[in-house]
Amino acid sequence: MPELPDDSVGLVSPQTAHFDDPLALACGRTLPAYDLVYETYGTLNAERSNAVLICHALSGHHHAAGFHSLDERKPGWWDAHIGPGKSIDTNRFFVVSLNNLGGCHGSTGPTSQNPATGRLWGPDFPMVTVTDWVHSQARLADRLGIERFAAIIGGSLGGMQVLQWTRIYPERIANAVIIAATPKLSAQNIAFNEVARQAIRSDPDFHDGWYAEHGTAPRRGLKLARMVGHITYLSEDAMGSKFGRDLRSEDLNFGYDVEFQVESYLRYQGDTFSTAFDANTYLLMTKALDYFDPAAEHDGVLAEAVAPGQCPFLVVSFTSDWRFPPSRSRELANALIRAGKQVSYVNIDSPHGHDAFLLPEPRYQAVFAAFMSRAAQALGLEETA
Amino acid sequence: MMRADLALIHRWVPEGAHILDLACGDGTLLEALARDKQVTGYGLEIDPEGITACIAKGVSVIEQNLDEGLVHFEDDTYDLVIMTQALQALRRPDRMLDEMLRVADECIITFPNFAYWRHRVHLGIRGYMPVSKSLPYAWYDTPNIHLSTFNDFEHLCREKGLRITDRAVGIGDHEGHWATRLRPNLFGEIAIFRVERQDRRRTTQP
Repeated sequence: MPELPDDSVGLVSPQTAHFDDPLALACGRTLPAYDLVYETYGTLNAERSNAVLICHALSGHHHAAGFHSLDERKPGWWDAHIGPGKSIDTNRFFVVSLNNLGGCHGSTGPTSQNPATGRLWGPDFPMVTVTDWVHSQARLADRLGIERFAAIIGGSLGGMQVLQWTRIYPERIANAVIIAATPKLSAQNIAFNEVARQAIRSDPDFHDGWYAEHGTAPRRGLKLARMVGHITYLSEDAMGSKFGRDLRSEDLNFGYDVEFQVESYLRYQGDTFSTAFDANTYLLMTKALDYFDPAAEHDGVLAEAVAPGQCPFLVVSFTSDWRFPPSRSRELANALIRAGKQVSYVNIDSPHGHDAFLLPEPRYQAVFAAFMSRAAQALGLEETA
Repeated sequence: MMRADLALIHRWVPEGAHILDLACGDGTLLEALARDKQVTGYGLEIDPEGITACIAKGVSVIEQNLDEGLVHFEDDTYDLVIMTQALQALRRPDRMLDEMLRVADECIITFPNFAYWRHRVHLGIRGYMPVSKSLPYAWYDTPNIHLSTFNDFEHLCREKGLRITDRAVGIGDHEGHWATRLRPNLFGEIAIFRVERQDRRRTTQP
């Protein structure tokens, strides 16, 4: 039997919280009832003051750390940063990680049944926004008896949720960590998302989103969507050093089969993703990204949009991230500075592009751990394990 | 114990001021000012270890190269800008002085005196670039690309129409030596200058 690493949260199992209170959504529709699937790591202290919420990114889910079984090949998606002695130290913090509404990993979404029709929600699932997610996360916190999070943390789209928390529920967040995020998508970001959506929607197996009822799925479209997305997650240098112009076989074969290693890699990533992820979820999560623009309600003045925040912020970017480049994080930090908030901004030197937020890197870990242990100290948290 | 120049600056900063500390190092000064005088504001730093140390102390720190100026900071938004031992390492110290007094009415600057007598001995008599406690680098690896003397700095301030409101001169980092002394340009090794604009625009909070 394989052994679990010492700095792992170990074996974990997801739980489901069912909510019967209707949730009014930004799009004007109401979700009558819903489930949220989540995992927790560490121990909630008696004062319920050591909880940390993890917000996931575009294709993320609740399984952020540890292993579901000893046979699981890879741990949760943020295992590099969550565990005993890691940046988010589970000896101190009680970590809550959920799958957002509209997801396809257990929380109510397009692959769930619509109680009103008896059919799967499919493309009828309401468009959810970052704001809707934050409200649903607050309800999960209520359910767990967490009045105020010691920290709310997220990378990329997850970082947007953190920012929204500080605006909507400033009294419920003691520290905000926003990593590799942006205060709004650029035209180029939206353009890439649109290519991904068109790849899915033009797949003959899409059936206007009712593919499940046709016993099929738009795998080719989803694969293409993931391939184009994946290019934006890596830096040119990272791709260059990983694959260069390496060929799969020695000679060129003058055809359209896989020749370069990078083609093989992208196809593999696309294939794997297209069998594990739901196309409707992918569509609506990309729309949630596109719609996010808190400054829009304030005539484009981000400093006014972030004014409600009360907690210390840590904003982190990575030098080679061209999806949400350092300048976008700096824009957020500048707005927070203008609004007079406590904020630290760090630009980590990394060759790994946008994906760097998922990976371990000594300076990233040092900064992250320093901020978290300062947070624990300021809140008077003791070790719980 | 705090470095002697920082201890003196600590005394000069008004209660409750909103400040920037350029090249804030490990955040010692900002931490002490927040604790003792309810000072708010930000440190700017590029050294990774300094930045991590600031964050560990709960000091707000922004990773930024000072040679970019203070473009991200708006006019008249701070009471005071502090810069210790960094002026001489900037590409354009004169422009930084303009920048500091664009975002605040007042600034506090410390830098080593190239005309300190020991430095003069090194250069004038022995014929070598000075190496000392305040200038610890060899000529080929020094980050100090714009060394100046107290006279030079005062001259620059006069040219820019800035008012020097206070000055302390010291030798090394011995607290006891801080004083305004006779012939500071010869006997002073490090100086702390307090400089303000002629036209103060912002009222420093009491």
